[in-house]
This record gives sequence, C-alpha cells and structure tokens, in this order.
Amino acid sequence: MEISKSSNKTTKVKSTRGNKIFDVVNVVLMTLFALIILIPMWNVVISSFAGMNSGPFIFWPNKLSLANYISVFSDKGIWQAMFISVAKTVVGVVFHLFLCSIVAYALSKRDLKGRKLYSAMGIITMFFSGGMIPTYLLIKSLGLLNSFWVYILPAMFSYYDMVILMNFFRDIPNSLEESAKMDGASDWRVFFSIIVPLSKPSLATIGLFHGVWQWNDFMTTKLYVTNEALYPLQMRLYDIIIKAQAAASNGLNAQVAITTTSKGVQLATIVVTMLPILILYPFVQKYFVTGTMLGAVKE
Amino acid sequence: MEINKPRKLPIGTRIKEWGKAWGRQWQLQTMVLPGIILMIIFNFIPIYGLTLAFKSYSVTSTISSSPWVGLQNFQIIMKDKYFWQSVQNTIGISAIKLTIEFFLPIILAILIFELKWTPFKKLVQTITYLPHFLSWIILGGMLITWLSSNGMLNQVLRLFGIAANDNHILNASSYWSIASLSDVWKEAGWGTILYLATMSKIDPTYYEAAEMDGASKIRQIWSITIPEMSSIISLNLILSVSGLFNSNLDQTLVLMNSQNQPKAEVINSYVYRVGLTQGDFSYATAVGLGVSIISVILLIITNTITKKLNDNQSVL
Repeated sequence: MEISKSSNKTTKVKSTRGNKIFDVVNVVLMTLFALIILIPMWNVVISSFAGMNSGPFIFWPNKLSLANYISVFSDKGIWQAMFISVAKTVVGVVFHLFLCSIVAYALSKRDLKGRKLYSAMGIITMFFSGGMIPTYLLIKSLGLLNSFWVYILPAMFSYYDMVILMNFFRDIPNSLEESAKMDGASDWRVFFSIIVPLSKPSLATIGLFHGVWQWNDFMTTKLYVTNEALYPLQMRLYDIIIKAQAAASNGLNAQVAITTTSKGVQLATIVVTMLPILILYPFVQKYFVTGTMLGAVKE
Repeated sequence: MEINKPRKLPIGTRIKEWGKAWGRQWQLQTMVLPGIILMIIFNFIPIYGLTLAFKSYSVTSTISSSPWVGLQNFQIIMKDKYFWQSVQNTIGISAIKLTIEFFLPIILAILIFELKWTPFKKLVQTITYLPHFLSWIILGGMLITWLSSNGMLNQVLRLFGIAANDNHILNASSYWSIASLSDVWKEAGWGTILYLATMSKIDPTYYEAAEMDGASKIRQIWSITIPEMSSIISLNLILSVSGLFNSNLDQTLVLMNSQNQPKAEVINSYVYRVGLTQGDFSYATAVGLGVSIISVILLIITNTITKKLNDNQSVL
C-alpha cells in the first residue's frame, strides 16, 4: 500500500509538470496563430495610411497621411458602388428572410399536404445544379442581365437556410399557436404575431449569414452585370486590382507607374470595402458560431 | 404491384381528397408556393439546361431547338490540352489545400480547446475566425500587396538576410502554394468550429478518470478526444476528397494574370473563359457536367470506404 501510494504521487507530480509545459507551449502556439492572422491584416490597414515615399515597412510607416482616402472618396463612383452594396445587402436580406421563413413555417407543419414532395425538390437542389453556363442562359432569357434584381431573385430562396429556420420553428411550443387559432387567427397572422417575434435570434443568424454573403458577393456582378452604375464595392475593387495586375504583369514601366500612383488608393479601397465586416463582426460573431453549429447538427 | 393496387383509392378520389386538404390548408400552401416557384425557375430549369452538353448551341437558337450531337463535345474534351492543364492545376492546388485543411483544423481545435483562460480562448477564436468573412476580392487585393516586390513577404525575407525582390504573384511556379496556402490562412480558424462544438460535448469525467490513471495530456487527446470526434473527422474526410475537383473561381479570377496563367487556370475559370468569354456554351457546359459527375463518383467511393472503416455506419 505504502509503495503504491508513493508511486501514485510521483506520477501525479510528473503529469502536472508535463501539463504545465503543455499549457505554456500551447499558449505560445496559439499566440503565434493569432499573430499570423493579425499582422498581415494590420500591414494592409496601416499601409493604406502611409504617405508617399514612406519606404518599405511592416508595422509603421515613416509618414502617415489621409491622401489615399481623400482620393478614394473624391471619386463619385465609390459612393454609387457603396449605395449598390448597401441596397443589395438590405433588400437581399429582407427578401431572403421573408421568403425562407414563410416556407419554413408552412413546412414545419408535419401534416402539410405535399410536404414530402417539397422536401424532395429542395434536397435535389442541394446536390445538383445546372452549373455556370445553363444558369447564365436562364438569367439572360429572363431579362435579368444588367438588372438590380439579379442580385436579389436568384439568391432569394435557399433550401439549406429554410431547413435551419424550420427546425427552429418546430421547437416553438404548439400551445401558443393553438390558443391563437382558437381565437380565429389565420396562419399568416399566427406567423407574423407569434412565430416571428419568438424567432428573432434565429432570424438574425440567417439574416447575418445572408448579409455577409450579399456584401461579399462579386460573382453575380462578374457574370451578369456589365453596367458600371450597378457595380457594388466588391466589383469596383476587383476592377482596380485587375487593372493594376495587368499593368504589372505586362511590363516593368507600367508597374512602376502603378505602384507610385494607385497602390495606396487600392489599399484604401480594400479597407473601405471590408470596414463594415470588421466593425460588425465582433458584435455578431456569436450568431455565426451558433448558426453554424445548429446547421450542422440538425442537417 | 398487383397486391398493392386495391389498397389505394381510385385516382380521381385521391385528387379530390388532396384538393380538399389543399383547400383547408390554402394559407399554408400559399406560403410554400413562392419558394417552390423560385426553386423550379432558378434550380430546375438550369438542370434541364445541362442537355446543352449533348447539343450544339448557337446564340441564335434556344436550348430546346439546338440539334443533338451526342458525345461529340466530350470527345473534343479528351483532346483539349488546355482543359487537361486546368485539371492538373485544379488537382494540384486542391490536393495541397485539402490535405492541410483536413489536418490543421483538428490540431488547432484541440489546442484551442485546451486553453485554460477563457478570455484568451475567446480572443484567439475571434481573431482566427475573422478571415473567413472577408471576400476573396479583399483577400486577393491584400495578397497581391503582401507578395509584391516591396511587400511584407520580401521585408520578412530581408530580415533574415535573403535578398528578395521578386513580385511573387507573377511567378508561375509559386502559384500553387500561393493559392492553397492563402486558402488555408483564410479557412483554418473557421474550420475548427465543428470540432470545438463536438469536443464541448465530451463527458468531462472521461478526462478526470484518465488523469487519475496518470495519463498525460497528449495521451488523453490521443485516446479520448480524437476517438470521440471520429464521425465528424470522417465526414470532413469525405467532403475533402470529393472536393478534389472543386476549384475556387473567385480566388482564381482575382489572382490570375498573364504570367501565372499556365499554373493558375483551373476548371472553373476555364469553363468561364470558354463559355462566357468565347461564347462556346455547349462545350463549356460539357466540361462542367463532366467534372460534376467525377465529383459525385468520388463522393460515393469515399463514402463507401469510410463506411467500411466505421463499422458500416454511414456518416453522410
């Protein structure tokens, strides 16, 4: 007994020392990981504030200046693009949430006629798609090329988001709805006055995901929109980057010209384009995390 | 079939019954209807449009009026060296990317989970999830800056005494690493989220018991954490392998230039170029369809293999 006790003690001491080393190494590693994400982003943000001829640097330039931002915001095009970005995000989220949640509410009723057929159709859309070209031809024949609605309509319904909402709605106690129905409320009324107020967190989650997607989406513009008046910020930024790249890859002279004139403006445009995400992100991060977990668990 | 028939009501009555129920549920049905219509338009019509792959389409005709050409488009694909180059690039980039993105998030999740001080843990999570929410256009613009001749990468190399002046994005031979590693940078943090959710559900008494038995941290991770996560790990493995032929069009369109194109062109960007820039719709559709079929086959194969390894339990 004595012997085993003492040996037990020594292993415990050993393991705690081992654990301490593990914890220290772990903190160092995770700090490094966070720095690998942070430092490059900081470099871009601070570079956008660098004055002309401030020389190469990583953390802090010789001179700070707002010149890049002044030239970004003095361009009328950027305000137009900002308006389109905000409009497509707001309108897109409202339409998406409305449509997905009414469908989700109806499908959350297990006795809905045709429910199996509707679900089967939805599952097909998750696994099969026509791909780039057939979708392009469809958008073209619908007359949606160079229309603001091309940002809204094709992305308005998502079966995946609908399923997440449906699972939320199913968790709402039935008794609330039944008492409202007894008082003669219609399904639409129950939906708006009972379901929507009780589902604010889940609606916020889906809305935020769709909002980020709308804000970041540039492919829709690239594929279907050639009218520059309808360009969102992402597409304007893409144009600036691609033009600079083309100049850089086609000759050294052009490259020098580009780096001295518009590199800073390019960086300022990047910062302006990601600013809404950077500002909102810390506050809404918890919705993204819970939303992702629920989507995965209930799938 | 013969035996089943008498159990069902005559078709006319069934339609009537259905109609009655629909009438009772008309409010709910009107809620579903717009969603169904949008799915038919934006999802099912393009699936029908895949028939283009077997047709010869010209701008003056419609999909249904174009003449059938059988497998002609697929025969051309076989001899198209630009297509095969794009396949090579797609697989090359995906293979590096998927291998790292399969292992790294598992390791990172375990390390994050073991962090004791909650505010630090939260901070690490907040910072490392962030790049996932930036678009490829933003990240592309940043990457081009970091990799440029006076950019951050060369600054760091110079600190180590290496004379580095190249603009790396113009260097075709580095493109695969640039494309795959930048994707890892963007997604590795976010990739931990499902693992962390799974780990938080592991019964803590397992660890306490292991601790009593004198098991080291590493041993506990190896014998408790990893086995408890096996089903989510195999799900991610299946998705990784079946993603081998997927290419990132956003990323390619922003990072590709005339000098790195031979190593940067991937299947998606090839479909985009042939179809939408050059107007060869049928051929581009055939390329897209062929690649999706290969992806589905890969998905089925990996699912069967992991099912065998997981005692016949499918994780899909």
